[in-house]
Amino acid sequence: MAQELNENVIDQPEVMKPRMVTIEIAGKKVDVPEGITVVKAMWYAGMDVVRGVGCLGGFCGACATYYRTKDDPKVRTCLACQMAVQDGMSFTMMPPFPARKATYEIQTLQDPKQDLFNLYPEAPLCRNCNACTEACPQKIDVREGVWKAVFGDFKSVSEMFMDCVMCGMCTPVCIADIAPNLVALYVSRAQGAHFTDKPVGLDTRIKEIQDGIYTDEWAKILKMNEKELAAHCATVK
Amino acid sequence: MDIHALQQIVHKTRDARRQQTIPKFSPADRDQLIHKYHPDFRASAYRPIKFGPNEGDKTVVELATLLEGDSSIQDNADLTPQYSCDVLVIGGGGAGCAAALHAHGAGAKTILATKLRLGDSNSVMAQGGMQISVAPEDSPVTHFLDTLKGGHMENDHALLKVMVEDGPSIAKWLLELGVLFDRQADGNLHVKKGGGSSKPRLLTCSDYTGLEIMRVLKDEVINQKIQLLEFAAAIELLSDNQGVCTGAIFKDLDNQRHVVVAAKSVILATGGIGRLHIQGFPTSNHYGATGDGLCLAYRMGAKLAHVDTFQYHPSGAVYPEQLIGALVTEGIRSEGGHLVNAKGERFVNELDTRDVVSSSIIRECEEGRGIRTMSGRVGVWLDTPLLDAEHGPGTVEKHFPAMMMQFERFGIDISKDPVLIYPTLHYQNGGVKIDTNSETNVKNLFVAGEASGGLHGRNRLMGNSLLDLMVFGKRSGLTAAGRAQSMKQGALSLRHVQQFRAEAKKHGNASGVISPMILPAYTRKV
Repeated sequence: MAQELNENVIDQPEVMKPRMVTIEIAGKKVDVPEGITVVKAMWYAGMDVVRGVGCLGGFCGACATYYRTKDDPKVRTCLACQMAVQDGMSFTMMPPFPARKATYEIQTLQDPKQDLFNLYPEAPLCRNCNACTEACPQKIDVREGVWKAVFGDFKSVSEMFMDCVMCGMCTPVCIADIAPNLVALYVSRAQGAHFTDKPVGLDTRIKEIQDGIYTDEWAKILKMNEKELAAHCATVK
Repeated sequence: MDIHALQQIVHKTRDARRQQTIPKFSPADRDQLIHKYHPDFRASAYRPIKFGPNEGDKTVVELATLLEGDSSIQDNADLTPQYSCDVLVIGGGGAGCAAALHAHGAGAKTILATKLRLGDSNSVMAQGGMQISVAPEDSPVTHFLDTLKGGHMENDHALLKVMVEDGPSIAKWLLELGVLFDRQADGNLHVKKGGGSSKPRLLTCSDYTGLEIMRVLKDEVINQKIQLLEFAAAIELLSDNQGVCTGAIFKDLDNQRHVVVAAKSVILATGGIGRLHIQGFPTSNHYGATGDGLCLAYRMGAKLAHVDTFQYHPSGAVYPEQLIGALVTEGIRSEGGHLVNAKGERFVNELDTRDVVSSSIIRECEEGRGIRTMSGRVGVWLDTPLLDAEHGPGTVEKHFPAMMMQFERFGIDISKDPVLIYPTLHYQNGGVKIDTNSETNVKNLFVAGEASGGLHGRNRLMGNSLLDLMVFGKRSGLTAAGRAQSMKQGALSLRHVQQFRAEAKKHGNASGVISPMILPAYTRKV
């Protein structure tokens, strides 16, 4: 095996000689290597984590965490699998929050834009404090989204909340008891189920399959021996 | 050297590379490459399974040890059920949700149990899309042939045919539930081209396809008031005296108590094995991907298929350290992103199948054309800024918002700088052998999704997993529900465990571990 030249090596002094930093996990001081993720810091500190870890890729929202950096009074939010620890940091995981989720039959809604006010009557009571937007680790303009939902602009809401991982950190901060992520989920589903064009090509394809237009081709292919099938596959470009 | 200095060669060679076309490998060259460099062919990582339905078959050491492992349940355990149902779904990812919704929709009393929260899964992370032949120039037959070619001709034809033919109706079901697939200007579904596919066939929701589908399915499971058992890890199945599956035992991870569920049918939708870190690979998988369903089904006598082959996704992040193993979506290559070695050269057609691309990356690194990090990792560049150069500024940000944000958190702007990648353990190509109703050779034991085997042959094509979950989730759910009316609940016993223990004893109880693993042991013990 050939040896790379030294110039093909990326510097990572922080990994080679990790500096230990002191952080606080749920109020307890521990020393961990600088730069590891918040969830790895908990493992490093010897904690078993069952609740609070999910996909470990920043998509599932299980690891919603509050944190504060050294000397900063501001408590911020993050996903524990996507945030590196630094000296003096203090964090605690968000417990499951008992938000109310409305239940509905999405397909049989008669007037989805009006139904929003029956399902989530608190939605129009937003007092514009903007705490939800500040709490969002996905940088969604949550407050704007709530207003757009209330004014019936479901399309914009569905686009704005495509990044939403349903961590729910917008909810405990809401002084009007709105669960913005759940409102947006309803709105996005209603947008998809009721206000988006039906793709004509898809129905055509479903009908083609039902009508059996591929039956002869299937019969031909499924009869082939291994060699014939391989040769046939090679013709598909 | 500073990473920015090393990235210069990618910027400098970009324009010249854009003029280049790299042909795909011929079948012979492809086989040679894979045999030499793909981790599936590292003989020392494999051993034969000592006993059970796949006695003598080779698989990776990590999995063989778990399959031969002992149950944590004692022979005299109390089997009085706390819950009874028609259909018990184990697993809360895409296949589990689809199975539960269809079983419930068909009138069956359904319970969905999962060891983490509903939806915590690999499905939620699927970025690349979902293959369904909806384009006029495409067809289910072409989808079948592409998949077969990608799977090295070893896919189960019957499973594959039903998957590609059910695809369009699955898309319709998801649209009706409110999933927001990307559209063309005329309202038809937008399709992208994926690695190993001859036609554009990937339905996407920007790079959040799995998240969008899972948000909707989770919401629907809750709306339908399907009974949930969360933080309940399946630790054993139950059988009657004929060996038919009749329920399962769970460990409630909040209070460590056992929960017995009697069920007329059980659907295992427990996903894959990434967190076993086979051959020491980092993984793109979620926290619970420890192959639990394979162990449970195997102890009950279910036969496994293709458990010697795993998918190493070509592009797992190597830098920064915090993102090691995390997936860099194949969508980047679908849109023309180049793979570039330390000399600034392309070395593979980026849209070849995953096994070929991964093997070629490993070849570049083993032959000294990789880029190393001081922590001892190695990788090649994925030229992400090329997408903005090719399709206009803002393309990366618009098409890959999830990935932009993931790297931005660590101060890296992927629209300006290339990312360093190396193959990451991504998927188990095989699993428990099923028929077209998703049933195993054990009666009333179904397996759906990544835990099942046969469909993908020796290499799964990009975008076929999301479809697999939906199709076989549906088929298992409907079949199990359809049986429930005319069936009585069978007796609950551990007969299969006793038989398995007798077998294990004959082989010296060699494994020495308890399985399933439930969660990886990441907590540092000092």
